[in-house]
Amino acid sequence: MQPSPVSGHSLPSVRRIGANAIDTVLRLGYATRFIGLTLAHSGTSFARPRLIVRELYYTGVLSLIIILVSGLFVGMVLGLQGYQTLTTYGSESALGVLVALSLVRELGPVVSALLFASRAGSAMTAEIGLMKATEQLSAMEMMAVDPIARVVAPRFWAGVISMPLLAAMFSAMGVFGGYVIGVVLIGVDEGSFWSQMQSAVDVREDVMNGVIKSFVFGIAVTWIALFEGYDAPPTAEGVSGATTRTVVTSSLAILGLDFILTSFMFSAA
Amino acid sequence: MQRSMLDLWVGLFVVAGIAGMVILAFKVGNMSTMGSGDTYEISANFDNIGGLKPRAAIKSAGVVVGRVTAISFNNDRFTAKVMMAIESRYKFPKDTTASILTAGLLGEQYIGLEGGGDDKMLAAGDNIRLTQSAVVLEKLISQFLFDKAAEGGDGKK
Repeated sequence: MQPSPVSGHSLPSVRRIGANAIDTVLRLGYATRFIGLTLAHSGTSFARPRLIVRELYYTGVLSLIIILVSGLFVGMVLGLQGYQTLTTYGSESALGVLVALSLVRELGPVVSALLFASRAGSAMTAEIGLMKATEQLSAMEMMAVDPIARVVAPRFWAGVISMPLLAAMFSAMGVFGGYVIGVVLIGVDEGSFWSQMQSAVDVREDVMNGVIKSFVFGIAVTWIALFEGYDAPPTAEGVSGATTRTVVTSSLAILGLDFILTSFMFSAA
Repeated sequence: MQRSMLDLWVGLFVVAGIAGMVILAFKVGNMSTMGSGDTYEISANFDNIGGLKPRAAIKSAGVVVGRVTAISFNNDRFTAKVMMAIESRYKFPKDTTASILTAGLLGEQYIGLEGGGDDKMLAAGDNIRLTQSAVVLEKLISQFLFDKAAEGGDGKK
């Protein structure tokens, strides 16, 4: 941004705010154009599904371990803590409801999206940032291969596809963890654990909304990760800064979007 | 990574993810207990519905036969109008009684249907006339206290 000649040296702090605001708006505009281009070039990657399959391996399969282990432990902690609290009201049999609802509605989509952002999102940003820094993207353009269609779009769709699947596995593992702690170790009645859970968890209201949430988070995280990588300054610091920004921005986006989605989905009861 | 191994892993990943969703739908959720879809809607007016909520179960003899679809306030009669979707395979006579019951001491409220002896069956859009309101704990306690007080007064005489 060129400083205006009139106020060249006056009010530097106000000018900095203005420059930051303009910069933010510019980046938002670039990001919107970027996602538009990605969607417009998705046809090529669907015509060559092998590209998406390869990225599904790197974003989805390699995130499995951390997702499954975290899901199991989150469920076990929910089982322990929930039992402690519920037993004061003499309603341990509602442990299944507590574990399942908190996982399916909130923790499953949100925690797995946070893990996905730090595990797969950061890797995506670093990979694309390095591709840009080593001028691989420019080389592709020279060969008349569109880097958006060849590099960005398959990663985008791989992220969008794998996020709901990972969140579902996270929730299922969590319910299993809660079952292990609640029923197998503590000895809550198995029948009431499952039957109360099944009568309280609605497929459309709870499970579907959780899937929609994780789908939205998948779009947000991959979008942010790919844009940060594509937009990174082509230097070592630039790529590392972009990777950090990916994790921070997508975590904030996940939490903010989660609040908005929850207030729409679960407020009118 | 070899191409076939990659395919295998991605295939396993997708299958496991879908299996996770299926487990959530059937084992955790109520997909297996949900009706086949064909329902007919009837309504009932209650003086007081207590804590009844949409999607609450409608049971007859303890078996779930439908769900509450909507609850609204009838401003003409100052009652609560409850819309109920009953599964089509269950038919109830016209003089069925609908009462609001509670599962357990602090459990969720549901509607219990008790069939009468009428030959004609309820059809879509019909209204159940015989209803019994929810038990409101405050009213019960105040009635109990009132009775106690009345008893005390008798004893003094």
